[in-house]
Amino acid sequence: MSDNAISVQHLVKRFGTTTVLDDISLEIPRGQVSCLIGPSGSGKSTLLRCMAFLEEATDGSIFIEGSPLGFVYDGAGKRQRQSANDLRKVRSQIGMVFQQFNLWPHMTALGNVSAALRRVRKMGKAEAEEKAMLQLRKVGLENRAGHYPSQLSGGQQQRVAIARSLALEPKIMLFDEPTSALDPELTGEVLNVMRGLASEGMTMVVVTHEIGFAATVGNQISFLDHGKLLFTDAPSKVFAKPRHPRLEQFLDTYLDRGASTLI
Amino acid sequence: MGFDFDVILSKQDQLISGIAMTIFVWVVGTLLAALIGFIVATARRYGGVLVDKALTVPIEVIRGTPFLVQLFLLYFGGPYIGLSLDALPAGLLALSVYGAAYFAEIFRAGYQSVPPGHVEAAECLGFTRIQIIRNILLPEMALLVIPPSVNMAIILLKETALLSLITVPEMTMTASAIGSQEYAFVEAMVLIALVYWVLVELAGLLGRFAEKKLSRYRLAKA
Repeated sequence: MSDNAISVQHLVKRFGTTTVLDDISLEIPRGQVSCLIGPSGSGKSTLLRCMAFLEEATDGSIFIEGSPLGFVYDGAGKRQRQSANDLRKVRSQIGMVFQQFNLWPHMTALGNVSAALRRVRKMGKAEAEEKAMLQLRKVGLENRAGHYPSQLSGGQQQRVAIARSLALEPKIMLFDEPTSALDPELTGEVLNVMRGLASEGMTMVVVTHEIGFAATVGNQISFLDHGKLLFTDAPSKVFAKPRHPRLEQFLDTYLDRGASTLI
Repeated sequence: MGFDFDVILSKQDQLISGIAMTIFVWVVGTLLAALIGFIVATARRYGGVLVDKALTVPIEVIRGTPFLVQLFLLYFGGPYIGLSLDALPAGLLALSVYGAAYFAEIFRAGYQSVPPGHVEAAECLGFTRIQIIRNILLPEMALLVIPPSVNMAIILLKETALLSLITVPEMTMTASAIGSQEYAFVEAMVLIALVYWVLVELAGLLGRFAEKKLSRYRLAKA
């Protein structure tokens, strides 16, 4: 097995005649934070969703810890859908965090975090809730365990969502613009939780507009534009001048908003 | 001349058995209708485009024709295609299928009301499809489907009166018979109107109770 947690090979995604991802190849190193940045519509969220098989790629392959995700090639080299069971097995190694949190409104924070332990891991209620409490403590919300999502702030909801994904002890965490629905203050509390995870050596793939976070926490940064992966490199190289002209143009919009101190 | 309820009430044994039959047909018919409707809506959601399209046709036909016509077609037309049913099973079947067409639409709307992201979150965590339906979709749509379901149950209760026309001995048939025999038809109708209305109110009460129980997490605001 290679050193890479995720290997994306020649991935193509088309919606009808529109090519959203154009021959993307990308390696996600184990134990590191990889950030996907780029303008809206560049395909970065679609790429991340493909890594969780929430979108089915039109062509190409994705390997999670060496195992094919979603599709397998038969003896004749024909691409076929993986069985539901195999898909679940491969997927169990990844945790996904969404822009819109996607907590289940009819369950408390504790219920959200313990649900998969009970249904998927078949744990008893007491054991599952004990484990879930550990995760809630980790994101600093053990005192909100009995609250429903509607009683929590956006930042708290996203931290519960992170705890929910962590409960199954995934090897890789995927974040799809985790702070885009939050105001700056709430963004801070979520980014802090993510920094904590990164320092523990969690493999993370983060689609973000938080260039500051990408620059300071990211180990590798990939820049996408119009469905093409323009480059992947360490932040020190990506942000050093002279920059890639398209990135320069993209970053200018941040500098215009006074964020120059972050970069 | 004044109303004379005594002659009607003197036949209370017959009346009670008619009321019991109405309640039986109503409850069983509604439960079957909801069950079939749920299965149809689920098949449409997960069965692919062909199943979805194929199931649209019967739903539209059933919703587009009067219940009485369907009932007559089944009871009197059934034997022509080898489907000879007694009055009660024919009535129950017609009522269930009629209700199912509407319940299928209620559950379809219910499915659509759940944000796709809530399902994606469960998929990523390894929930099976059945676990997602049971633990995520059904509880989340419950609040939305209860009011139209209660409404449908009320409509089905009133449609049970038509089963009297194929000789199911439910309360409309019983009351008409007693009313004619005793020359107290209006009294009989007033009485069963009251019973129907009480049953409808009970159904509404039950629905509101369920809504209140389920809405605790929606109303809760910090």
